[in-house]
Amino acid sequence: MSAGEIILRTDGVGKSFGKFTALKAVSAEFRRGAITAIIGPNGAGKSTYFNLLCGAFRPSTGRVEFEGRDVTGLPQHRFAHMGVAKSFQITNVFPQLSTHENIRVAAQARVARFDIWRPRARLTELGDEADAILERVGLWDRRERVAGALAHGEQRALEIGMALASRPRLLLLDEPTAGMSPEETRVMMELIVKLAEERTVILVEHKMKLVMGISDRLLVLHHGELLAEGTPDDIRRNETVKRVYLGQREH
Amino acid sequence: MNQASQATLARARDANLDWRELATRYRVLLVSAFLLAFPLVMPFTALAINILIYGLYALGFNLLFGYLGLLSFGHAALLGAGAYFCGIAIVHFGMPWFAAIAIGVLGGVITAAAIGALATRTRGIYFAMVTLALSQCVYYLFYQAVDWTGGENGLRGINVREIGIFGISFDFINPMTRYYVVAGFVILALIVLSRILASPFGAVIEAVRENEERARASGYNVTLVRLITFILSGAFCGLAGALYALQLSTVPIEIMHYETSGLAVMMCLLGGMGTFFGPFVGAAVFLMLENLVSLWTVHWQLIVGAVFMICVLFFPRGIWGTLTMRGKS
Ligand SMILES: Nc1ncnc2c1ncn2[C@@H]1O[C@H](COP(=O)(O)OP(=O)(O)OP(=O)(O)O)[C@@H](O)[C@H]1O
Ligand SMILES: [Mg+2]
Repeated sequence: MSAGEIILRTDGVGKSFGKFTALKAVSAEFRRGAITAIIGPNGAGKSTYFNLLCGAFRPSTGRVEFEGRDVTGLPQHRFAHMGVAKSFQITNVFPQLSTHENIRVAAQARVARFDIWRPRARLTELGDEADAILERVGLWDRRERVAGALAHGEQRALEIGMALASRPRLLLLDEPTAGMSPEETRVMMELIVKLAEERTVILVEHKMKLVMGISDRLLVLHHGELLAEGTPDDIRRNETVKRVYLGQREH
Repeated sequence: MNQASQATLARARDANLDWRELATRYRVLLVSAFLLAFPLVMPFTALAINILIYGLYALGFNLLFGYLGLLSFGHAALLGAGAYFCGIAIVHFGMPWFAAIAIGVLGGVITAAAIGALATRTRGIYFAMVTLALSQCVYYLFYQAVDWTGGENGLRGINVREIGIFGISFDFINPMTRYYVVAGFVILALIVLSRILASPFGAVIEAVRENEERARASGYNVTLVRLITFILSGAFCGLAGALYALQLSTVPIEIMHYETSGLAVMMCLLGGMGTFFGPFVGAAVFLMLENLVSLWTVHWQLIVGAVFMICVLFFPRGIWGTLTMRGKS
């Protein structure tokens, strides 16, 4: 389990929706302990790739390997059990449950999934854990609020909290700052860097500048293909990336 | 914030319990007290017993529909299986009443497992259609098994005259005795339901209803959660069916008709879906209306239907749901 080893590997994974191929045979490796960003313009296939990594989609071709194990096509909930957690690009919480309950029930998935008899109030450690996470993601004072009534940025933070509640070794975030104000974005980025001290993080982002400073490695997707891969400096210097990606954004 | 101040806050929250939260905490006790007094204010005990039985049936349905958010149009099969299993245990195997009720519950469970195994893979309108289709298959199966079920004549001769409880023998012909025996089972069911709702699995049911995709990402096997809830629902409906068989002394094939499935939907919506006591309120209002209105017109279904529409349009939370939500902003 040393830092630097490969935690996740994809081997020629692709995904088609009907006749349309959203992702074509992407092979890549992700290192434990690193922050890897997947970038690319709109519609590049980032979310599609992301959903293959976290088990939400079954790949049409290729394999996914997590910690040396072939996990291709395993159901989504098994990924959570293995230690892979994610947040969605479009905010996805339990809207009518309290902020605290959102995180508590996410944490509960680790310890009591089918217990129909014991009172859940007795699982006090889960409540405490949820409180600790609420503090960590800055939502302590929203504890009792129903999640649907939170501001957009707060819901995004809540989603990260829910992902943390499953104690993942690999945290996958799809555009965690989507729709956030610059201030919220800054806070979120700081949080991600902190979280990455203890676990591997892979995040999808289309605002390239945002992730250049914090990522160890970047993957650039374009039209469903892996265009380039490397350190932030490599990517900055890469002519093809400049042309198809930076060019598009900077004009 | 440190641990101490968190604990203080938590205690402050507990002290602020309002009457609604208190009522929720002691819901089983409150409902039980009500059920014990209920036949004393009812004109006919038989009607009170029917309200309990249909209320229990609607309660089982409500677990799936109100709490998990799955609309089934096949619950008649679960109620019917409970009734037939219980009746067959008595008529064909001469089992004692208590064992027969257990067999009835088992009947509900088995049927729910069979229907659920196929239906829980689907969602929304497809789920409703698949449950409807499968329940029609169950109907047909019981209809054809004439030797066991009496076919279209129904299963007759479920005669339980006396029942022994802890060595004491009670006259089951006496309506009041009947009522309190049935009420005893209903209270037992309420205790079990209350525990399920307060259990970790109860939280999972809510989570799946709220957001299936998020529940899956958090590590819950949504299909299995649905199946288990369906089976639990089947246990309650099976119990209701068994009590129905004992109450009526026969099991008419109509119990498995899809109209009976619709009845559960109606009672649940009338009383308030996803509320603890709503199904009983819905069953009471429906059956009392049916009894009263059918006294002066044969078109009672028209009146009951109109009341149902008004309720659904103006009280989308149902009668009980509206009463208990009052004042909550
Ligand atoms: N479920 C789907 N069915 C059909 N086409 C899809 C589906 N999901 C994605 N696509 C298509 O696949 C392509 C890649 O989509 P994807 O969501 O992966 O892009 P993205 O890089 O995440 O873009 P964005 O920055 O807008 O989030 C797009 O053209 C999209 O329309
Ligand atoms: Mg995307």
